[in-house]
Amino acid sequence: MSSTTFDLIEGGRSAPLEPLTGTEIAARSPLELFWRRFRKDRIALVSLGFIVFLVVVAIAAPLVVKLLGAAGPDVQNPGALTQFGTPTGPSFAHHHIFGVDPLGRDVFSRVVYGARVSLEVAFIATGLSMMIGIGVGMVAGLYRGWVDTLLSRMIDLTLCFPVLLLGLGLGAACSQGNGCAGGTIKPGTDVVILVIVLATWTYIARIVRGQVLSLREKEFVQAARSLGASEARIIFREVLPNLTASIIVVATLFIPINILTEAALSFLGVGVQPPNPSWGGMLADATNIFNSAWWYMVFPGAALLLTVLAFNLVGDGLQDALQPRAAHT
Amino acid sequence: MIRYIIRRLLWAVVMLWVVSFVTFVVFYLLPTAEPAALRAGKNPTPALIASIRHSLGLDKPWYQQYLHYMERLFLHFDFGYSYHYNIAVKQQIFERLPATISLVLGAAVIWIAVGVGVGVISAVRRGTLLDRATMGAALVAISAPVYWLGLLALFLFASDIGKVAHIFPGAGSYVPLSEDPVKWFTSLILPWLVLAASFAAIYARLLRANLIEVLSEDYIRTARAKGLSERRVTRHGLRGAITPIVSAAGVDIGVALGGVILVETVFNIPGVGRLAYESIINADLPMIQGTVLVGAFFIVFANLTVDILYAFIDPRVRYT
Repeated sequence: MSSTTFDLIEGGRSAPLEPLTGTEIAARSPLELFWRRFRKDRIALVSLGFIVFLVVVAIAAPLVVKLLGAAGPDVQNPGALTQFGTPTGPSFAHHHIFGVDPLGRDVFSRVVYGARVSLEVAFIATGLSMMIGIGVGMVAGLYRGWVDTLLSRMIDLTLCFPVLLLGLGLGAACSQGNGCAGGTIKPGTDVVILVIVLATWTYIARIVRGQVLSLREKEFVQAARSLGASEARIIFREVLPNLTASIIVVATLFIPINILTEAALSFLGVGVQPPNPSWGGMLADATNIFNSAWWYMVFPGAALLLTVLAFNLVGDGLQDALQPRAAHT
Repeated sequence: MIRYIIRRLLWAVVMLWVVSFVTFVVFYLLPTAEPAALRAGKNPTPALIASIRHSLGLDKPWYQQYLHYMERLFLHFDFGYSYHYNIAVKQQIFERLPATISLVLGAAVIWIAVGVGVGVISAVRRGTLLDRATMGAALVAISAPVYWLGLLALFLFASDIGKVAHIFPGAGSYVPLSEDPVKWFTSLILPWLVLAASFAAIYARLLRANLIEVLSEDYIRTARAKGLSERRVTRHGLRGAITPIVSAAGVDIGVALGGVILVETVFNIPGVGRLAYESIINADLPMIQGTVLVGAFFIVFANLTVDILYAFIDPRVRYT
């Protein structure tokens, strides 16, 4: 029915203004506005560049390792160990630019392959928890009533749950025997993703719910409703586009948190399982020998720090550019 | 106020129940591993496993196991027996508790003092070089994994292996307070600083943002118009800016507990966190379960305290 109503309104507009001669004037699209603001934030731009670089390196890990002449992440090179069996440090002569670990594996290629695991887990986990969080948050915000109460209580409950402890418990309990739930959950990236999603969707749901609660009272939503727009139209065409900015910001800020959680779980031995390389796992191995093999601690840790820092800086920049009013300066 | 506290108390009871139920599911229902086999040691006979199954009550249906578990947990505060150490989990956890409490309390003092101090100075001197430098440092502190900071700190400053200076006692030097207060203090300086770093940074950023917002409000302008000194005005604003941080503190306690596990592991402090880590390596499920439960209970109580405290600071929340 709405088509006629919309036509009526379109027709009801005042006569079009005299076209301006010369340059054409067009309103800047939100994307354009955002880009103009974001472009000025040089730190965020550099960080974004670093992330893009990292993603490319992670995807092309085998190629990168080959190009630099390094050995694969699981290749053990006994020649790189000293006569006492201790690892040797960075050297170009042996093509081990970051040194080797106690098994003689190349630290550089393990760091590069570790980026794969880190980013993969962070992106998948963030994506999943965003989907659940947005869905639940929108339902709670739009329908209110008992649905909202139930969801809000669930959100409160999970917010109080000790994430890392739960992850530890799940990881440890599932590392025995055949895994968990009849073998469907096995230690490794699955458990890590599961833990992160369980722990983070509630934060996202809470943010989305709050936004939807205030959006649904806005005039344009009321207008759409009074014009007889369907629920689906209101959700997807009126409310969701207005959430995009906050969703993008929240996602960028959760990725670094999730990278750190994955690394912490791997550090504690319940995340990514050896021999798969992961930054947290490498740091765990380094705990025993960092005194003599500093490179084994410095490079994975620096990779972790730089990656997380870059995401945080981009997140801050996005927040300033997308939500100027909520800017923190 | 009383009604508010009662409501919060009831909610805490619900939380305790949910936490214990989830723990039961994770440790009793989900794993496919045979607990009796883990308990029995290497190469057990089937008869031994069967007898252990019986003595642990594993041959009963899950709801009976659950009832038994709840009864032990809430009536006797009993977490079962460790597979690895063969002593009561409760006893082991209580023995390890003082070290963890020392670590957390000391770090909390540092992160609140540093976080509030830096946050206020940054907000007041907004846009200056000092503000930019501290906020940059804060972002680095948030981004650095706490266990890596710990390793770096040991690498640079530990008395045994420090490359820059042999200042602080290294890993594994923890001494109980009752034994030697001076050594207790010096051995905890590095762990305190490392654990406090990211939290101080989070609080500084949060407080700075809140304070900047509050300082632009009308009542602050009124205070200035009355001729109050800038110092008094800031103190005025601080009260409004600090309340959201108290509620954030409640949620952060769970995150802090995670940090405790990592810091205790790196510095080899014999606390509950280190116990959890060792239990993972030993596949000591009852012990892990015990630490998870104690940690979760602690979070529930901490949240309860924060909520009630919050109602005193900000009377508005009592009526919502």
